Amino acid sequence: MSNVRLLVGTRKGAFILTADAQRKDWHVNGPLFGGWEVYHIKGSPADSNRLYASQTHGWFGQVVQRSDDGGVTWETVNNEFAYDGEVGTHMFYDGTPHPWAFKRVWHFEPSRTDPDFLYAGIEDAALFLSRDGGKSWQELPGLRAVKGSLWQPGAGGMCLHTILVDHNDSNRIYVAISAAGAFRSLDAGQTWKPINCGLVSPYELPDPAAEVGHCVHSIAMHPARPNVLYMQKHWDVMKTENGGDSWSEISGNLPSDFGFPIAVHAHQPDTVYVVPIKSDGEHYPPEGKLRVYRSRTGGNEWEPLTQGLPQEHCYVNVLRDAMAVDTMDPCGVYFGTTGGQVYASADEGDSWVAVCRDLPAVLSVEAQVIP
Amino acid sequence: MITVVLPVQLRTLARITEDVHLDLSAPPTPTSIVDALEAQYPALRGTIRDPATGRRRAFVRFFACGEDISHDGMDRSLPDAVQMGKEPFYIVGAMAGG
Repeated sequence: MSNVRLLVGTRKGAFILTADAQRKDWHVNGPLFGGWEVYHIKGSPADSNRLYASQTHGWFGQVVQRSDDGGVTWETVNNEFAYDGEVGTHMFYDGTPHPWAFKRVWHFEPSRTDPDFLYAGIEDAALFLSRDGGKSWQELPGLRAVKGSLWQPGAGGMCLHTILVDHNDSNRIYVAISAAGAFRSLDAGQTWKPINCGLVSPYELPDPAAEVGHCVHSIAMHPARPNVLYMQKHWDVMKTENGGDSWSEISGNLPSDFGFPIAVHAHQPDTVYVVPIKSDGEHYPPEGKLRVYRSRTGGNEWEPLTQGLPQEHCYVNVLRDAMAVDTMDPCGVYFGTTGGQVYASADEGDSWVAVCRDLPAVLSVEAQVIP
Repeated sequence: MITVVLPVQLRTLARITEDVHLDLSAPPTPTSIVDALEAQYPALRGTIRDPATGRRRAFVRFFACGEDISHDGMDRSLPDAVQMGKEPFYIVGAMAGG
């Protein structure tokens, strides 16, 4: 019988939560790397015991941790992310040129076939690749060549936070950057095209329909439909059906179309989950009610999922990498909050239980199914 | 033999609980101490100084004999008491925030 493992990154360490297929009784292990921020921790689809963790600290910089035994033991690997060639400049908050400088790793995306092969999305935004399990890192500089001088940091920094690789064609990669937008490569990351046509950002950009500069918060894809992407933008929930060539809004009846994470059901490509947040100035749920919204129609028609979630006096946020689904049947859905709760649903979001209530602020959640 | 005191976050990272004792062949400097620490504890690489620039991280401070010597350069000599192991060399995470 399969087990489920949740990999939870927080402001003060990592936690590994495990349960059997029923996903009712959870064992909590942690904190790992206590006192350090763990932006992301993710397992290899090719070897579920191979984990990578981004351990970072405002004082002491970046550490990359690797486990070969499902998180029981860890070893540090290379933490040097050197930009390729001339560093150049991007746009700073005040609109002036600012040199690129490495700050931290936001996201790891391990290969589906090789546990030693993985991408890293970093701040200041760039995409790196390791072919040796994190022992060395090389930038894929073609991405920053796409008008990188015009990219600006979002409030959380200029971070490459989303990396999606087509399950059937590993040459096709999507990434998203705050605040630069979404980009697509068809040659394994050598060259890139901005895919932001249809995004409109009237409150953030002088040119609301600019080719780059949009504050994309997260993108999700179902592996069966690599041309269909769902996006939670700073404002607006968006969808493309042509690999990003054009986007249309699917916010529909959401109480707010601001938010951070977005996820797709593991077995139903038209079923999408978001967590509406009141506004960019008020990072908490509308009306103090923590509601996941689910669309079974690929957007526009959304239903609130509230059973087991606090429906009064709730003022937490759910960050962009803090929601995940598992591949069990029925599909499990998970998210963590800035208040330290980790909620789990073993029935596609119909009902929720708090696996943990008092962790440090949750930065990321990933789900693994362990054979 | 000199003694180095690390902040708790770096002790955790290096998986040590005690002060570090280093036997350096030449009179110690901040650079040679960090070099020796990184060689002995590879997990510490890049955490005290930026790997790209080699500069001390902004929120890391060096103390010797009760004085902040962080801005005296990475190649300055250290007080005799530190060199003789009578006083430790402190690597400190700066007090900041609230």
